[in-house]
Amino acid sequence: MSDTPVTYVRKEMLGQKAPPTSEVGPVRWVRENLFSSPMNAILTILSLYVVYVVVSHVGPWLVNGIWDADSLTECREIIAATGDGHHSAACFGVISARWHQLVFGYYPSELYWRPVLALVVFLVGIAPVMFPSLPRKLYIVTMAAPLLCFWLLWGGSIWLPIAIALGFAVGVVAHKLLDTHVSSLAAIIGAIVLPLIYWLYICGPLAGGLASIIPLGIEFVPSRSFGGFMLSIVIGLSAIVISLPLGILLALARRSDLFIIKTCAVVFIEVIRGIPLIVWLFTAQLLLNYFLPPGSSFDLTLRVIIMVTLFAAAYIAEVIRGGLAALPKGQYEGADSLGLNYWQSMQLIVLPQALKISIPGIVNTFIGLFKDTTLVVFIGLFDPLGIASAIRATTEWNGIYWELFLFIGIMFFISCFSMGRYSLYLEKKLQREHR
Amino acid sequence: MSTLTDPPKPGFRLSQLIYDTRYRSITIQVIALVLIIGAFWWLGNNTVNNLNALGKDFDFGFLNSAAGYDINQRLIEYDNQMSHGRAALVGILNTLLVAFLGCISALVIGVFVGVLRLSKNWVVSKLMAVYVEGFRNVPLLIWILLIGAVMSESMPQPREFRGEDATQSMYFSDNVAVTNRGIWIPRLGFSNSISGEEAVAPIEGATPVASGGADWLLILGTLALSLIAIRYIRNRADKVQQSTGDRPTIWYQQLAILVIPVGVVLIALGATIVSPYLKGFNFTEGTHLRNSLIALWVALSLYTGAFIAEIVRAGILAVSKGQSEAAAALGIQPSRTMKLVILPQALRVIIPPLISQFLNLTKNSSLAIAVGYMDVRATLGGITINQTGRELEGMLLMGAFYLTLSLLISGGMNYYNRSTQLAER
Repeated sequence: MSDTPVTYVRKEMLGQKAPPTSEVGPVRWVRENLFSSPMNAILTILSLYVVYVVVSHVGPWLVNGIWDADSLTECREIIAATGDGHHSAACFGVISARWHQLVFGYYPSELYWRPVLALVVFLVGIAPVMFPSLPRKLYIVTMAAPLLCFWLLWGGSIWLPIAIALGFAVGVVAHKLLDTHVSSLAAIIGAIVLPLIYWLYICGPLAGGLASIIPLGIEFVPSRSFGGFMLSIVIGLSAIVISLPLGILLALARRSDLFIIKTCAVVFIEVIRGIPLIVWLFTAQLLLNYFLPPGSSFDLTLRVIIMVTLFAAAYIAEVIRGGLAALPKGQYEGADSLGLNYWQSMQLIVLPQALKISIPGIVNTFIGLFKDTTLVVFIGLFDPLGIASAIRATTEWNGIYWELFLFIGIMFFISCFSMGRYSLYLEKKLQREHR
Repeated sequence: MSTLTDPPKPGFRLSQLIYDTRYRSITIQVIALVLIIGAFWWLGNNTVNNLNALGKDFDFGFLNSAAGYDINQRLIEYDNQMSHGRAALVGILNTLLVAFLGCISALVIGVFVGVLRLSKNWVVSKLMAVYVEGFRNVPLLIWILLIGAVMSESMPQPREFRGEDATQSMYFSDNVAVTNRGIWIPRLGFSNSISGEEAVAPIEGATPVASGGADWLLILGTLALSLIAIRYIRNRADKVQQSTGDRPTIWYQQLAILVIPVGVVLIALGATIVSPYLKGFNFTEGTHLRNSLIALWVALSLYTGAFIAEIVRAGILAVSKGQSEAAAALGIQPSRTMKLVILPQALRVIIPPLISQFLNLTKNSSLAIAVGYMDVRATLGGITINQTGRELEGMLLMGAFYLTLSLLISGGMNYYNRSTQLAER
């Protein structure tokens, strides 16, 4: 054994070598993501070819688009004048020329501020509901928003919305007085019956009387003037706002132990869901006058809103019923064992959890509802598609298809896609499970 | 003992109807019942009054009177002298036709896209995401109108196919013609037809052929019997596998049973392919797929396909990775893991929403109005109502048709759900 130093062991480490080029950076990414197997390579090439075909056909058409032309003929002259005369180009001039019509329909142009203001009021009103971090005082706007928007959109005397709002005050006052002087039962009955009597018999004459004494108001705009995206938004948003509480009630009724209530809810939901919306819209147009007292007729737009609301409520009810069914039985039993009554247990224990589970479904229903507002074109309302055919019927823009479809489609895409994103945000925020 | 208070007196006070939980539910239901009956009575009363005021009665007799309008697409014999009821039936069959075609193609598209969207290939999965989001977030009506406009505005006219220097040519060796009046595809004609229809030569000098319902029934019946036989063979193979552990090779038997009987029937009927050809200003012979059908079918399939793709994707993702790992640990071949482990579990998640998508597609087929496809809404709910002025009866019948269809499908789905449900306490 000798103690000569072991010379074959390296004393100092070698510097690191760079990894092979095929294993780093974009090359590796491409290898792993695009060409990991022959099948994948074929798929990649095929998809790239599809993308190329689409872009090479639609790209120039989009990029060369003509934005300042007042008619299709003028637009085609511009296209023929520029370039070799064979290239394709879109005539987006129709959008800039008819922008106001596409957005507001036939609403009087000097009153465009009103729908815009109504939308702002609605957004401010809905903000505290959607983002709980905002100050609670904004709920005042939320409560005033429905009547304020109604008044801004249709206009007319200011006394009508005020008289309607008074009905709620009547209810509150009746509840307070009866609760202290008579009994809580009488208070509940009074709070429901008295405002109804007020709205049915007193509200109209009161508003009329006040309007004749102090004529205060803004110009009345009939529903026929509503159109374009404004109409879609008015129908869509009112249906969304009303159908959610209605759908919750329907879902609770369908899961109730009370046989008659349950049967009614089942029949209502199944009948509404079993028949296409378009048939319901025709019913609203053709048949509603049969069911109402002779001589009464009311606004087609309002009928459509009611129909779309009922339709959406049935779908929402089914979504929420799914959420209610998905809750473990222990939650219901826990609420009962705490001694909560039905409404307390629903409000405090069951619904918050069930609604959380059903958020994606609810938002999907809303998206579907908003898309379905396009169907009103078939009963003669001027939604964006109705406006598009009206534009196509004019001499200036006779024969224009793609630009209008593209524009309307993109507008719908933006609103529906952002609704979907909001639902994802909400799902993430309400996620309580540990991951 | 003296400290005991008296037991509450038996007796019924009116307030118990509200405050006693034993009676409250009955009270609420009675009130609800009274309100509902009242509402229906009010509506019915109004309807009777309105009908009287208009001088109309409530009568379905109009279904037997002559319709007097033509329907361009019909699956059964129909002309304008036939009854409104017959016209409604033609419309119902057209609705069912587009719904059936749409469901099949939407399912195929949806499964492909759903699987491809899970692919590790970046380009492919992004492309599929664009397709899914694009179709899910834009109204179906726009897609129907868009595809209808593509068909009628961008496709060549039939006359461009004519002459020596035709600017357009037919596809698939002169068998398929795509024009702005629709697409013509070949059809089957039978020279020994059993349907009793008169045989005509499709083109001068050709063998006379006919094509009737009886021929197709015979072919479909043979096909159904073959499928039953194939199922029997598969079950027998399963039994052999369970008793011996070896699975017999059966694919060639299955293939033979599928192909040979149908082939024999086709030859016996003297089946020939009848291609469309240009005659005068338009194509003739073959099967004419109208623009309305194509626009509705394509739009419905692409739109519903996007929804089905998401359902399929969610279903596959819902099966946890542990399942396939466990299957591998048990020594199940990778090729059979999909069929034996993943698919049964994924299908439990996929099938219910899938059926409801089919239901949606069927109901959405009522958008046929946008392109003038003659479905039940266009015949019974459109022209018939306009001609006879029977809104109430027509709408009721149409609603009843859609409702029956929906209830049948959702009843089947509930049955399936119950049979595959996981048992809870």
